[in-house]
Amino acid sequence: MLGEVVELIDETPRVRSIVLDIPHWPGHLAGQHVDVRLTAEDGYQAQRSYSIASAPEEPRLLITVERLPDGEVSSYLVGELRPGDSLELRGPIGGYFVWEVRMGGPLLLVAGGSGIVPLMAMLRHRAASRTGAGARLVYSSRSWEEIIYREELERLASGPAGPLVIHTLTRTQPPGWTGYARRVDGAMLAEAAWPPSHGPTAFICGPTPFVEAVASALVLLGYPATSVKTERFGPTGG
Amino acid sequence: MAHVSRGFRGKRAKEREGDRLPPGQYLVEGFPVLSAGPTPHTPLEEWSFSILGLVAEPKTWSWEAFGALPKEEVRTDIHCVTKWSKLDTTWEGVSIDTLLEGVEHHATHVLAFSDGDYTTNLPLEDVVDGKAWVATAYDGRPLEPEHGGPARLLVPHLYFWKSAKWVRGFQLRDHDEPGFWESYGYHMYGDLWREQRYAGD
Repeated sequence: MLGEVVELIDETPRVRSIVLDIPHWPGHLAGQHVDVRLTAEDGYQAQRSYSIASAPEEPRLLITVERLPDGEVSSYLVGELRPGDSLELRGPIGGYFVWEVRMGGPLLLVAGGSGIVPLMAMLRHRAASRTGAGARLVYSSRSWEEIIYREELERLASGPAGPLVIHTLTRTQPPGWTGYARRVDGAMLAEAAWPPSHGPTAFICGPTPFVEAVASALVLLGYPATSVKTERFGPTGG
Repeated sequence: MAHVSRGFRGKRAKEREGDRLPPGQYLVEGFPVLSAGPTPHTPLEEWSFSILGLVAEPKTWSWEAFGALPKEEVRTDIHCVTKWSKLDTTWEGVSIDTLLEGVEHHATHVLAFSDGDYTTNLPLEDVVDGKAWVATAYDGRPLEPEHGGPARLLVPHLYFWKSAKWVRGFQLRDHDEPGFWESYGYHMYGDLWREQRYAGD
C-alpha cells in the first residue's frame, strides 16, 4: 500500500512526524504499528516498524520517527523524505498493545523518549471519543526540548477531563523546574500512578531498560502482571 | 515492481553478509528485547519443565533434574519478526530430542507454554531431529531473565517469537492451534526465508 507524504512536522531536533494520505487505509487501533519499506533504484530494500501516532478517528495517518545514529531507514525518513514523496507501507500490525474506548479505564501510560508515540495515539483516541475513562501519563524525556508532542500534551491536559500529564526530565531541566528530574522509579510511580485498587491497565513503551524497570516497579506496587502491557525498542532499531 | 523510494540508497548490510540474511531483515550487534509484559522471575526451586497433553505418561523435570540432562552447544543466527537479525549467537541447552526420548505419543503439534501466560504453536517436526533446544545459557553465561532466563525455547529456523522465553513445557497435540502472537495476527508457522511474518503471508 502506498501513502503520499502530505506534511512533515519537526517535533524535536531529532524527531519528525510524517503525515500520510493513504487512499485505502483499512483503519487501525491506537497502539498498532506499520511496516515501512524503502526500495533503492537497483531493488535493494530495507524495512522497519513504526508506531502509529494518530487516532483511529483522524483522516490521515501519522507516524513519528526518531533519527537514530547510523539509522538506515530513520535517517532517510527524518532527513531525505519530502512532501509529495510516496511511502510503501503495510499494516496496521499488532493487536495486543492496543487500547480502545470499550476497554475502559483508567489508563496508566508510561513513556520513555520516543516510546510516547503509540501512547499518544491512545490519548488522541481518548480525546476524540470523549470517554470518561481516566488517564495518566508519566513521560520521561532527557530535556524540555526533547519532549515530543509537548504543546499538544499541554493542550490535552488543560482540556475538560484531560489526562494528568507528569513529566520527568532526566538530564537537564529548565531554570525553575519543579517537576521530577530523575529516571522513573517505584517511588515516583507510587505517587503518580493509579493505585492498583482502581483496576488500571498500564501501557509502557520505551527502551528496554526503561520498560524493564517500570514494569517491575508496577508489579511490586501491586499491579497484576496481566494488566501491564509493554512495547520495547532497542537502541538498534535502525 | 516495487515502488522506488526517491533518494534512498541504504547501508547494504545484506550484500556484505551474502546469503545469511533472510529477506527484509537487517543486522544488529546488540541483543534487542521484546516481550508483551513484565519479565517473570520464577525462583529456580519453583521452576519445572513438563511434557503434557497427548502423551501416555506426562513428564516433569525440576531445575536440578533438568540441569543433569546432557547439554549441547549451539551456534546459530537468530531472526526476529521485527526485522533484526543477529549472527553467530552461541547457546547451551537441552535438545528437544533428549526431552522426548521414551515419550510415547501420536502428536503432530506442540504448544509451548511459558511463565506469564505466553504460548506459541509449532509443528512437532520442527522441534525434533536437532532443530530445537531448551536453552539455559547464552554466550557462556546463564540466560538472563530479560532474554528468557532461566530457560527459553530455541528454534532458530523460525522467527524468534517461536523461541518462547521463560518456557515451562510443551503441550503435545494432534492439531495446530494459535499461540499468543499467532492469535494477534502473526503467522501460524513463521518461516523466515519465505517471510511469513503475518497471517496471510
